[in-house]
Amino acid sequence: MTEVPEPPHKRRAHTSTRDLERYADLFAERTTVMRSSAMRDLMAVTARPEVISLAGGLPDTSTFPAESLAAQMSRVAAESAAAALQYGPTEGFDETKDCIVEVMAAEGMLPDPDDIVVTTGGQQAIDLVTKTLVDPGDVVICEAPTYPGAVPVFCSYQADVRQVEMDGDGMRIDLLEELLDDLRAEGRRPKFIYTAPSFQNPAGVTLSLDRRVRLVELAQEHELLVVEDNPYGLLRYGGEPLPPLYQLDGGDFVIYLGTFSKILSPGIRLGWVVAPPPVLEKVVLGKGAADLCTSTLTQFFVRQYFAEGGWKNYVEDLVGIYRGRRDTMIEALTEHFPAAATWTEPEGGLFIWATLPEYIDTEDLLAKALRSDVAFVPGKAAYVDGRGGASMRLNFSGVSDEEIREGIARIGRVIREQVELYEALTPGTPSEASPESAPATPGRAAEGMPVDEEAEASNVFPLRKAGGASG
Amino acid sequence: MKVAVLKGGRSLERGVSLRSAARVEDALERLGHKVVPIDVGSDLVKRLRAEEPEVAFVAMHGVGGEDGTAQELLEILGIPFTGPDAAACARCIDKVMAKAAMRGAGIPTPDSFAFTQTAFRELGAADALADLEGTLGFPLVVKPSRGGSSLGIKFAGAPTEVPGALIAAFSYDDRVILERFVAGRELAVSVLGTEPLPIVEAIPDGGDRYDFEARYEIGRTRFVCPADLSPTERAAVTDAALATCRALGCEGFARVDLILAADGPWVLEANAIPGLTDTSLLPQAAEAAGMSFEELVTRILDMALAPSAA
Repeated sequence: MTEVPEPPHKRRAHTSTRDLERYADLFAERTTVMRSSAMRDLMAVTARPEVISLAGGLPDTSTFPAESLAAQMSRVAAESAAAALQYGPTEGFDETKDCIVEVMAAEGMLPDPDDIVVTTGGQQAIDLVTKTLVDPGDVVICEAPTYPGAVPVFCSYQADVRQVEMDGDGMRIDLLEELLDDLRAEGRRPKFIYTAPSFQNPAGVTLSLDRRVRLVELAQEHELLVVEDNPYGLLRYGGEPLPPLYQLDGGDFVIYLGTFSKILSPGIRLGWVVAPPPVLEKVVLGKGAADLCTSTLTQFFVRQYFAEGGWKNYVEDLVGIYRGRRDTMIEALTEHFPAAATWTEPEGGLFIWATLPEYIDTEDLLAKALRSDVAFVPGKAAYVDGRGGASMRLNFSGVSDEEIREGIARIGRVIREQVELYEALTPGTPSEASPESAPATPGRAAEGMPVDEEAEASNVFPLRKAGGASG
Repeated sequence: MKVAVLKGGRSLERGVSLRSAARVEDALERLGHKVVPIDVGSDLVKRLRAEEPEVAFVAMHGVGGEDGTAQELLEILGIPFTGPDAAACARCIDKVMAKAAMRGAGIPTPDSFAFTQTAFRELGAADALADLEGTLGFPLVVKPSRGGSSLGIKFAGAPTEVPGALIAAFSYDDRVILERFVAGRELAVSVLGTEPLPIVEAIPDGGDRYDFEARYEIGRTRFVCPADLSPTERAAVTDAALATCRALGCEGFARVDLILAADGPWVLEANAIPGLTDTSLLPQAAEAAGMSFEELVTRILDMALAPSAA
């Protein structure tokens, strides 16, 4: 009788040092840029229930009617169980693409459904485009700061990432042109320019119409690819809608990335790429290698959901909720952040980007903030070169008004302690913040620390001063 | 045996603690013990009373974990626990107290000065900074007084960098130390009971030698165990480590971090509850001594149950 080996223990046997070394020898070169750090451990604390986390990037899915989800999933089960449980085409179902065309049409775009590939969330869209276009050492241009989730993607493909400064009108196209000239002089051609022109994550700023037009011109003149990431375009709380780059360009040099995550649900993991056919063909091959196809089950759900026709109403509901939360956060920032702080006032999206005096490192500040049970994303996550140390990303979509007010008040307190300490450490520095923290007037800012110059020196972009905001 | 594994909690080193604990729990189960994992929170006493473990394995790191707080409760409840007692933990976690104890025992530890926030805010301590900087020289190291990991530790290469480094360190604790920087080889001696384990050397792979984060990352720092030392060096380093454990009252286990400079070893600190993760130094040292992780856990547990035998 053959002895059946005992089933393995629920956890693997412990890794010995030798094992670690053995694996380490096998790691691909690209993993050396995939880093873990003490900071990541710090983020483990943000998950504790008593912590008010302004660190997430979460839409508020609690607003989605549960009965609607139940009804639609029941219909999918009753009418299409076999197909919904089966593999699907790598590029996605035509019906899903019809929904995507509808979403893009809502922002004035008319893509050819054949130019679309459905992806597993917008994150995979970034990954597939980078996989398709970037060899190790190739230049990828993006904003400074850029989407923190794009940084590990670009790094894992060993791109040479160049970040272009932004101001209140989005990416500085003049600086982009300088960079392009420099690269041309070096004989290098960037593989693509990655940008989120509307309500950018993390900065919350929007690329102005003039700059959009100029960016598309540049792309066409120099035959450069622009990767437009537009997860938040429909979440606009004020101002006039601006045409997406894809619309201005017509899809020759702009690759468009979209997602259902922010207008429906991130849990369904549905995003998409719209690209010129030759690029698309490679993206589809890359996707096949990555996961064969996007979840058919959730594609069936989306098809069903769109068939009911209420998707725009839900987006309108979200816009109303998020607008209120954005306003609450701006009010709270004005009340609780010291005069030397600046922040963006986004016209849409999920994030506000706040910048503190440059002597404050927001990674250390996070440790202090966690002692007060509040969390944010330190700015360095949005840079490849260690900049952004004095900035932080604050999310207002996934938390209630009360949590926003309390969270910002707590962060304001810890910042004020740092500012006061700095003043005590550097006698002679004029007071920038007192507990009462009167709104900054131009005169006071001029007399005080040279906030703008400091900000420039640390390569952040001051947009609104505390109290100086127009709302 | 019923073993409560205390882990997590609100410490900034919660993540490391959870990894240490996962490995300990696994080993304890393999050894046939009944494991009661407890993520430490406000219900700790209640849970310990309800579970009535025969012994507690403390796998917590950082302030709130290895500073003696949980250990004090365990002492009150009469539950034997692993690692040093509450008083020793409190001494180890606080670099000001630890260094005072070391100096008292004649153990070489780099010169340092301690400050509270109050000293700067209310007593004008900033005016004394220049004098200290003259005494310590540059670069100097600024550290939160309490804390077990690299968090908040900064180098200041010039006087202008001191305020920023102080603010960073004060983010982690209300008291910080400014310490003379000692250049040399970075060594760690793990001590089990009174027995020193093979010495580990951390060798940063190029890059910034002031980048503390790199030390905790595979691929950016190489760990050599046993460290390549002459018999004289090894004896001096081991003696300093054992003397440190005695001075701080560490029984059970501890890890002593030192710099081996041209003029001999300088002790930086002792960790009352060193990490027990896959990449931690104590398990590496035990392995170099021919001890499996299960054996290590058994030894630690035995010492908790019969401290006099340690």
